[in-house]
Amino acid sequence: MSDGPGLESLVDQTISVITNDGRNIVGILKGFDQATNIILDESHERVYSTKEGVQQLVLGLYIIRGDNISVVGELDEELDANLDLSKLRAHPLKPVIH
Amino acid sequence: MLFFSYFKELVGKEVTVELKNDLAIRGILHSVDQYLNIKLENTRVVDQDKYPHMLSVRNCFIRGSVVRYVQLPPDGVDIDILHDATRREARGG
Repeated sequence: MSDGPGLESLVDQTISVITNDGRNIVGILKGFDQATNIILDESHERVYSTKEGVQQLVLGLYIIRGDNISVVGELDEELDANLDLSKLRAHPLKPVIH
Repeated sequence: MLFFSYFKELVGKEVTVELKNDLAIRGILHSVDQYLNIKLENTRVVDQDKYPHMLSVRNCFIRGSVVRYVQLPPDGVDIDILHDATRREARGG
């Protein structure tokens, strides 16, 4: 994450997006614009629940409208590889209330 | 534009950003833009047990539209300068 506040530095990297409705989508950032609309390649959703570990749903190529985006995080591959998603239990994130 | 300029002064300081979904993220302020989108480095979620959703994220971009509060360091604001600047802005430049 060098220069400027935009998402330039994250292009072609794996990112983790949190949407306003509380979903977590992980994929490779292919493009973005002024309104934070983003294009994600090879994406999947990580579904959190308290009953079982994190489920991963394959989504493929995805466009997310900027209005619906809360956070774009740079996924640290090493940290992520050390996470045991099957053992992680948590409530899904709450939706954003404006 | 006043708060944009103000946040630019805070770059490099540690802040906690609370989002409108109750998630609170602490990190070093890396940059801000005109929409008050915020980039944080070396981030950690304040209540990681409750919110393990960002455990493998160390740098993030937060959309300005979902920010509820930004908690600042105690020395993060010079009240006198901010007073003057807000008065000037209220007078229209």
